[in-house]
Amino acid sequence: MNSLDVLTLFLFNIVIYNIPLLYGTVGEIIIEKSGSLNLGVEGIMAVGAIFGYLIGCSANSLTVGILASFICAGLFGIIFAVLTVTMQANQNVTGLTMTTFGVGLFFFIGKGLSASWPVMTQYENINNGFKNPIEIPLLSKIPVLGKALFSHNILVYLGIFIAIAVWFYLNKTKAGLRLRAIGENPAAADSLGINITLYKYVHIVLGSGIMGIGGFYMGLNLGGSFEGSNCWINGYGWIAVALVIFANWNTLAAILGTLVFGFFNTLQIYSGSLAYAFPKALGFLDKIPSQLYQALPFMITALVLVFSSVRKNNKSAQPASLGLNYYREER
Amino acid sequence: MKKVLSIVLALVMVVLCFAACGKTDDAKTDDAAASDFLVGAIYINSQNDTAGYTFAHHNGITKAMEQLGLPKENLKIVDNVPEDTEQVSKAIDTLANQGCKIIFGISFGYIDAFAEAADKPEYADIIFSHATGYKSNDKNFNNYFGRIYQARYLAGIAAGLKSLELNNNSIGYVAAWGTEYAETCSGINAFALGVQSVNPDAVVHVNKISTWGDEAKEKAAAEALINTYNCCVIAQHCDSAQPQLAAANGKVFGCGYNSDMTAQAPSAHLTAPIWNWDVYYKLAIETAMTDPANFMSKVGIYYGGLKEGFVDISPLSDNCTPETKAIIEKVKAMMVNGEWDVFTNVKLSIDKDGTITKTEGALKDNKGAEVISADGSTYYTYNKDTGALEAVEGGKDACDGVIKGSMNYYVAGVTEG
Repeated sequence: MNSLDVLTLFLFNIVIYNIPLLYGTVGEIIIEKSGSLNLGVEGIMAVGAIFGYLIGCSANSLTVGILASFICAGLFGIIFAVLTVTMQANQNVTGLTMTTFGVGLFFFIGKGLSASWPVMTQYENINNGFKNPIEIPLLSKIPVLGKALFSHNILVYLGIFIAIAVWFYLNKTKAGLRLRAIGENPAAADSLGINITLYKYVHIVLGSGIMGIGGFYMGLNLGGSFEGSNCWINGYGWIAVALVIFANWNTLAAILGTLVFGFFNTLQIYSGSLAYAFPKALGFLDKIPSQLYQALPFMITALVLVFSSVRKNNKSAQPASLGLNYYREER
Repeated sequence: MKKVLSIVLALVMVVLCFAACGKTDDAKTDDAAASDFLVGAIYINSQNDTAGYTFAHHNGITKAMEQLGLPKENLKIVDNVPEDTEQVSKAIDTLANQGCKIIFGISFGYIDAFAEAADKPEYADIIFSHATGYKSNDKNFNNYFGRIYQARYLAGIAAGLKSLELNNNSIGYVAAWGTEYAETCSGINAFALGVQSVNPDAVVHVNKISTWGDEAKEKAAAEALINTYNCCVIAQHCDSAQPQLAAANGKVFGCGYNSDMTAQAPSAHLTAPIWNWDVYYKLAIETAMTDPANFMSKVGIYYGGLKEGFVDISPLSDNCTPETKAIIEKVKAMMVNGEWDVFTNVKLSIDKDGTITKTEGALKDNKGAEVISADGSTYYTYNKDTGALEAVEGGKDACDGVIKGSMNYYVAGVTEG
């Protein structure tokens, strides 16, 4: 294979394997902007994944799968909303419970079905919908980058579109402004007549739904193969929680964060291929211990955290009341 | 009144304690009926897994017990036990208190807890059996593992014949780890030697993912191999069937691991090296039931292979030719009857009509250094600290130790990356 093709494939894989992180991160940003810290990303993605996949297969439609993963994960998110918003339960503990419950549900259903588990290749619309790329005219003709960035399946474009749309919604609309106000100071927002409970519920459900699509994506990327020893999500939910901080609660920066994480994630697998294709320029990649590749994204997150906390103008966009429940009576 | 009650309760407890002790003593003297025999197991993952490492062991133990006529309830399990000596020790105590007479630990990191427990005088009548480890004693503590490299050599033959058929000398191997662990390292080498026995020009490209369980990475690594080196067969030493799915997707072939992956990738899969854990578990439990005092002389440090049926390859799929089957059966027979083994100074060359030629000579690693001397009397490994090639003490007898514990080189024809 030609060396440029290896480079193209490397860049292509950064996108195709890591877009689920973007869904998780954007979903979490929406929820955190409402002042709720939801650590259940992993579990919510798992629920979106399995229901999206099963319902999508039974309807043999990628669109139905996407909608089902969004709706089921959103409904699952309601549990978090009821517990933390209405019942005022501790958000950290509830979030962790959501992870355990969601992943458990994933295995419970998967193992329960075992033999009757649908095989993705038998459902043409889903299989081809995910595997056959949609090429963006003109842009996809650019050498190397065209195939790497502008020739992907619909879920990749949808993820980028959601990230941009959410940025617009949060920063340029009245509802977004209100949501941010709730995250910063719910008492002040309440005094303006904003329905705090409604806003929190809606955005927890919305954010959870977006995470669910990410989970569905991960399942499709693994060919819908359920083997019962590993969850499809495999820790990506936790990386998404870290990416929220990396992106400084900005969904556009989350796109960048996803690519940075994805870069190192993919580099570990492709270090040998790249060193083989470009022995002079990249031959050194082969000599780096793989553990370093695995650690790098997390080291970078730690660095970003340090930088954002020492910056003088302190522009951290972390909502001021993140993780705190709002008691109206204590206002 | 409360005081009296508590004294009475305390007395009852003391009496019960004695009664319990007396009962174990009785059990020792009496020839316990088979149905009273309790087996203990400590698992790294859940006993409810439907695939993977814990599943394979659980399946093996239950199958062995069924064959021995032991009811299911006689298996006591502590599962999801991490490789932490304190937690493993607690699990051992739990099982010992339930009355288990043999306790299996399936994960490598359980080693120290097992060694400690076996030395405790109160556990002297319990047999401790530890998978994949290297520690043991001469009374009640052994370890067990299998010559999976023999099965990998056979899978290598299938892959090599496929590469000849396709006229493509590039073969890929997705590995959880590389030279860091002798287990993965010896597997890769045995597979490569199997490939080379039929196709001496073939190169095995190893892509190491540095983790035991990450399905996405297993898939990505296989894709990288197929697309970068144009590999025509993808072999694997990792848990999931993702590399085989990637092979099917890339319209190439593959050799799975652990289970027959033909069901997952019918168009790609050739054969997979597999474990029959029940073979060992049956032997161990049976010996512990009938003759526990001589467990170490009868079972001892167990390293079963094709001969015992402990390892094997899954039935060749329809992607293999009938000639492949004939050749593999010939070579398998040579290993079963002890005529030949993989890591020796004798190399097999097999031509297409199945004629096997033996050649004596040194085995060289991919840096050109001799790792098995030409007369087969000396084994070498690299010193972890200095990086120098050193002879392993023990001459020919060192062979198993090298395969199980210290092999840290790739044979010629293997490249990592």
